[in-house]
Amino acid sequence: MNLKEWIFTTDHKRVGVLYLIGSIAAFAVAGIMALLMRAELSTIGPTITANPSQYNVWLYTHGAVMILGFQIPALTGFFANFCIPLMIGAKDVAFPRVNALSVWLFYVGVILALLTFFIPDPPDVMWTGYPPYSTITTGNTAMYSFTVLILGFASIIGGVNFLTTVAYMRAPGLTLNKLNIFVWCTLAAFVLQLIFVPVLGTAVSLISMDKYLGTNFFDPTKGGDVLTYQNLFWFYSHPAVYVIFLPFIGVVYEIISVHARNAVFNYKMVVYGGVGGIVLLAGEVWVHHLYVSGMADWLRIGQMVTTLMISIPVGLMMIGLIGTLYKGSIEFNTPMLYGLGVVFLFLIGGLTGIPLAVPSLTIGVSDTYYVVGHFHYVMAVAGTFAIFGGVYHWFPKMTGKMYNEFWGKLGFWLTFVGVNIVFWIMMDVGVKGMPRRYYDYAHFPQFESAHQWMTVGAGILAIGFALAVLNWIFGAINGKPAGDNPWNSPSLEWSTVSPPPHGNWPSPPSVSEDWHPYGYKKG
Amino acid sequence: MHDKIRRGAAGLAALLLAAPVWAAGAGAKSEPKTVDPARDWDHLWNEVIVDITIIGILFAIVTAWFIWQARRRPGNEVGASPKLSPASAVGWVVIPIFVFLSIDLYTAANGWVLWNTFRDVPANRLEIKLEAGMYSWDYTYPNGVRTQNELVVPAGTPVVLRMTSRDTLHSHYIPDFRVKEDSMPGRITYLWFNPTKPGEHLVTCAEYCGVMHGYMAGRIVVKAPEEYAAWMKGEETSLAAATAPAAVPATATKPAKTAAKKT
Ligand code: HEM
Ligand SMILES: [Cu+2]
Ligand SMILES: [Cu+2]
Repeated sequence: MNLKEWIFTTDHKRVGVLYLIGSIAAFAVAGIMALLMRAELSTIGPTITANPSQYNVWLYTHGAVMILGFQIPALTGFFANFCIPLMIGAKDVAFPRVNALSVWLFYVGVILALLTFFIPDPPDVMWTGYPPYSTITTGNTAMYSFTVLILGFASIIGGVNFLTTVAYMRAPGLTLNKLNIFVWCTLAAFVLQLIFVPVLGTAVSLISMDKYLGTNFFDPTKGGDVLTYQNLFWFYSHPAVYVIFLPFIGVVYEIISVHARNAVFNYKMVVYGGVGGIVLLAGEVWVHHLYVSGMADWLRIGQMVTTLMISIPVGLMMIGLIGTLYKGSIEFNTPMLYGLGVVFLFLIGGLTGIPLAVPSLTIGVSDTYYVVGHFHYVMAVAGTFAIFGGVYHWFPKMTGKMYNEFWGKLGFWLTFVGVNIVFWIMMDVGVKGMPRRYYDYAHFPQFESAHQWMTVGAGILAIGFALAVLNWIFGAINGKPAGDNPWNSPSLEWSTVSPPPHGNWPSPPSVSEDWHPYGYKKG
Repeated sequence: MHDKIRRGAAGLAALLLAAPVWAAGAGAKSEPKTVDPARDWDHLWNEVIVDITIIGILFAIVTAWFIWQARRRPGNEVGASPKLSPASAVGWVVIPIFVFLSIDLYTAANGWVLWNTFRDVPANRLEIKLEAGMYSWDYTYPNGVRTQNELVVPAGTPVVLRMTSRDTLHSHYIPDFRVKEDSMPGRITYLWFNPTKPGEHLVTCAEYCGVMHGYMAGRIVVKAPEEYAAWMKGEETSLAAATAPAAVPATATKPAKTAAKKT
């Protein structure tokens, strides 16, 4: 294996694997930040650092890197790159060099984010970067702005690339109704990225201009307005939740359909009702992040209704998943355990979001640990489980080798137990009043034992995740040969050899009239 | 066949859309008691939590049952999900939409009623000005009396805070009264609560405002009306004493004991 070949690769699969390595490294760093925070919170008062700023930097890094350096790149970088051309029977993406540029930019962004640990005044503005604090802090807000801009740009050019690829490079006979659900979901996510990332870019640029160039976009004493930033930020960052949700639920659809050997239930409902509905509603709900920010009352009420309506497309997607399990033939291997895990974690996360759609209930629990627990269930943990399950699922295709089932399952169960300990307790203390982003909770001494349980849970889940990553590393080095299609799936990516060569197929595939990616047959 | 489905769906729709409106109306009528947003919040919160728990358990049981039924075993090597007719495919979209939409609108209607409770401030209120800053809560009474990190109020009188900030965002959160609202420079926001009984309530900051955010705490002391009046007398006298002789600006607020550390 030649390192230079990898760095300068334009092969979509290698670009994908580079994305995977980078984003798992980012996950490890951000995960260590989470463990440091949990260690700090295990007692009242200083535990492992006496400096609240240190905690705030950990929290900033954890949030920003988990979202921008891990989940979005893993889903729209790794999975999209590795799977989409294979699933549509294409030799590569439409613009392979642009693709290479996007992964380089991603690495620049990740390295920039990691420099946080080496500069004297690291950013401490949280991943949301709200002014006025972000414009007056001694922390380095420019670093935050540039990290977001670069990672956002990497993702936008990926979006252009994949929309073009799917539009023009599908195998002959592969009509739109024969696209994998994952492809639909990811395309929708890219559409959202293309529309909304520029808004985020604007928002984070303006705070740095306010801080360093003397503009006053967010300073009311000079004609600016504080709330404008929050509107711009969430105008992107709520859709960003779907940029994460859509591909990860797409991954789960692939996992569940293949390991239950069952056609996706009501395909058109999932695509048009589920994916389409989310794209339509994504841009009309951002105010639910601003229910206690001092927005106009009519906006809060209006977006309560649109936010609640998100339950419709999301509910349809859940029905599609559960329908796919119905009368299936389920094998409980590691990828399937993660897939089924997502169904239950997402159920908890989705339902606990209903009170948060209602402004009058949010007035009580906004900015508490209830919210932190909810969004870890619905996005952070469900998304991470989907990513881990997806890596297991396509591991034989990527490497031609098999991972170890025993360690895979053990890792799954440790994480599953761990996340439920941490985030269930988190929601509970949140409802009782524990605010988020607290270095210390001296005036809530009653929560100390709950915090200690959360720290224990975090330790358990960390072991589980570490086992999974080790399992991949050992499997890639000396796993047993897996064969080209170990899961017996008709989906196109399994029709070539493992790992697929440059160009994917010796001659371009075409599909027949009665072929469908979910057409399972006996044998 | 199609027609029947269509007619059925329309009827269902009318029914489901009417229900929340009726429910909202029913809630609005029972007005005469004292308005207590915190109590109403608990009521709606519990109701929603019970509802989502029931939905969640049902969903989870059905899913677990499907999974167990569908495990791979001899004779079940490939899935056999039924092929949907066009009508049932549409039905699987339309019926869930109406079920979800009715739950949504029902929740929205109740949420809106409670929202009005939280936003319509009763006329007999005590108006307090609040300026938040890194890291203290500074209250000003209508008569000019000022306190820091401790707000003394009479039991039985609704209290409204008109809030702003002199630096970053802050959020005046009173867990016992289930209420918070951000404060920021350049705007005035408000929240109100109804302290019915004498007692003490924690105030804590719920919007990241800087390094010492976690320590930005204070309290609300609810006194019986006569005790409150006596306390206020004392404050007025010392305010007069502080301002009258030298005519210096009245910055000499009485610092209250508090858990908050200042930096
Ligand atoms: C799996 C193990 C994880 C643990 C134990 C964990 C733990 C935590 C903790 C303790 C906090 C901060 C609480 C506070 O002080 O407010 C937090 C915040 C956060 N976490 Fe995680 N987390 C994990 C995974 C993730 C993942 C996978 C994501 C991916 C999106 C994520 C995204 C976030 C975000 C966005 C915040 C909020 C940051 C902020 O307040 O600015 N977390 N997490
Ligand atoms: Cu959102
Ligand atoms: Cu604060």
